[in-house]
Amino acid sequence: MSSSEAVYLDHAATTPMLPAVLAAMTGQLGRVGNASSLHASGRAARRVAEQSRERLAEALGARPSEVLFTGGGTESDNLAVKGLFWARRDADSHRRRIVVSPAEHHAVLDSVEWLAKHDGADVTWLPVEPTGRVTPEALHAALGTGEDVALVSVMWANNEIGTVSDLAALAGVAHDVGVPLHTDAVQAVGQVPVDFAASGVDALTMTGHKLGGPMGAGVLLLRREAECTPLLHGGGQERDVRSGTLDVAAIVGLQVATTLAVAERQERAARLAVLRDRLVAGVVAQVPDAQLNGAPLDDVVAGGPGRLPGNAHLSFPGAEGDALLMLLDARGVECSTGSACSAGVARPSHVLLATGADPDRARSSLRFSLGHTSTDADVDAVLDVIGPVVERARRAGMGRR
Amino acid sequence: MRVLAAMSGGVDSAVATALAVDAGHDVTGVHLALSPDRQTLRSGARGCCSVEDAHDARRVADELGVPFYVWDLAERFTEDVVEDFVAEYAAGRTPNPCLRCNERIKFSAVLDRARALGFDAVVTGHHARLARGELRRSVDAAKDQSYVLAVLTADQLAGAVLPLGSMTKQRVREIATERGFAVATKADSHDICFIPDGDTRGFLARRLGAQPGPVVDAATGATVGEHAGAYGFTVGQRRGLGVAVGDSRPRYVLGIEPVTRTVTIGTADLAGVGEVRTARPTWTGTAPALPFAAEVQLRAHGTPVPCEVTAGDDGGLRLLLGAQQRGVAPGQSAVLYAPDAERGDLVLGQGAVLATA
Repeated sequence: MSSSEAVYLDHAATTPMLPAVLAAMTGQLGRVGNASSLHASGRAARRVAEQSRERLAEALGARPSEVLFTGGGTESDNLAVKGLFWARRDADSHRRRIVVSPAEHHAVLDSVEWLAKHDGADVTWLPVEPTGRVTPEALHAALGTGEDVALVSVMWANNEIGTVSDLAALAGVAHDVGVPLHTDAVQAVGQVPVDFAASGVDALTMTGHKLGGPMGAGVLLLRREAECTPLLHGGGQERDVRSGTLDVAAIVGLQVATTLAVAERQERAARLAVLRDRLVAGVVAQVPDAQLNGAPLDDVVAGGPGRLPGNAHLSFPGAEGDALLMLLDARGVECSTGSACSAGVARPSHVLLATGADPDRARSSLRFSLGHTSTDADVDAVLDVIGPVVERARRAGMGRR
Repeated sequence: MRVLAAMSGGVDSAVATALAVDAGHDVTGVHLALSPDRQTLRSGARGCCSVEDAHDARRVADELGVPFYVWDLAERFTEDVVEDFVAEYAAGRTPNPCLRCNERIKFSAVLDRARALGFDAVVTGHHARLARGELRRSVDAAKDQSYVLAVLTADQLAGAVLPLGSMTKQRVREIATERGFAVATKADSHDICFIPDGDTRGFLARRLGAQPGPVVDAATGATVGEHAGAYGFTVGQRRGLGVAVGDSRPRYVLGIEPVTRTVTIGTADLAGVGEVRTARPTWTGTAPALPFAAEVQLRAHGTPVPCEVTAGDDGGLRLLLGAQQRGVAPGQSAVLYAPDAERGDLVLGQGAVLATA
């Protein structure tokens, strides 16, 4: 089946670019100008980049000076985790401990593990609830006096199972003992209310392509007073914390996508939650022993959704996630096992393992993630095939006895 | 047919997949990750299923527009092929891991899973001909792989598609070049995929440890040396015996006795065998009535010899060779062919060599 006919339910991986983004980017791509140049072309480029910075800041509750453009979510996570660690440790050599959730994205996990292996960091893994949530109590217990802690990193919303944590409460706990907190909000922005200033977090990762913008463009929101050692050295374009010629077309695309996603969030979230709830109910009706992973569909945290509105993450006992994915792909339904891939080899989801799920459940999971183009017809397409697909995958087992 | 193409990342399976698409099959590509600790980059012609190999396979699948997945069969492969390989050497035998992989992984674990998922067959890039259930040698004698497929049963062969048997390796590379596959000039793989440095004796020594024992001269019964492990030897081996027997005549390994770890060596006149006994055979089709005349190939790339196939003990076979053969190692497969110059020798079946006389 060609991709044009495909039922695309993998919006958490990436989501189609919005027409307004495409228009804004193509308009900019035709113009010359380095935003660091002093002449008229440079000034024109800089004006677009800085307007974008201001509008992004407004949409995210930050100040323009707190918006650092990066090459995407992975770079923002690396910069925050390593940069905050280095700056805090260099200011006080006792601060070598990183307090982090084991359900983080690999961009955070692998940065932390790299620091532990190569740069003397000690890691404290936070316990997570069976839903995947990190609680303020757990963070409080892990921090102790906080004197030896370089930073905390807890994601705003989990990319696999969609669980939302209360970042304002977590930031408060960290600040009580003088520790900065970074959050990966790649999945949260545009899906749940995210206000940088109100949340109190010190650094926040976001990226464009999860909300209809281009790939390769991201942001690290970094509080003005936060010290962060650069990863990339050079022209110092971004507050001397990040160097590299600004990709103005990507930045304007990122800005248009973000402002639209934030402006339309409430309406879209309500629509997606209805679709998602119908999807889950329909799947469970056909596969009664399917298990919903993460928080309940109607979960609430800090007065907002406790689960991303477009996220449906299910385990199908006795079936392998990669067999399910392959069978659905062959029937034109595109989703994800949601688990980290090591060079294409399916591994049990580290997120589900962190929530206490057994490896079989972790291996038997599928993530359907809905987004701005999702329709009732997409849900119907899944429900048309899911029963026989699960049955067939169960018969196939895996290459194990 | 809906077929699953096993894509190693090499040129053979790439072209086999392309030909399956051309033949009108509904093709899905799958790369088998067989090693528990996959390397990022391929090192020379050895090793297998590195991340780079998976990338090469994926590139071809993407060019052909077929779905592509990686299946992790490392656990099965380790258990059924690698551990079997070590155990066979420990028991004084000389296994063929490629044969074992075809028997238990590609045309068992993979085929079973493929069938369960709704596929009709598995496509591989093996050089052998398969038509109407008959397995025959490749037209390219130098690349013929029928020996390592002879263990497949009729049911397994019914689920196999081998598109390359009627063409030479050179033609396979030409097709890959014509199609612009980046793997067109990729080196052939050699040796044993899970021993990337090619040092089988070193691999076995790491797995089995030092197991010193005597080297005995068959003519005199005298101990003429000591070895570090009988697993370092294969019946028929001439080089690397590490002993001097007084005269300059070459010596060959005649036998390996695992319990006393005795390696027996002797001169060429003692190394020939005229009779081979096998374990219970497998047949590619209906079991033929015994006795019958056939040709037997006693190791990969060996020269076939005429033989009389008769009933042996415990359901095994007793093969009376038309000419004395050296280097018939227990553990190797005795593959039986019906000579057919025009259509390619027909594979009848095989039995694992148990003993010789």
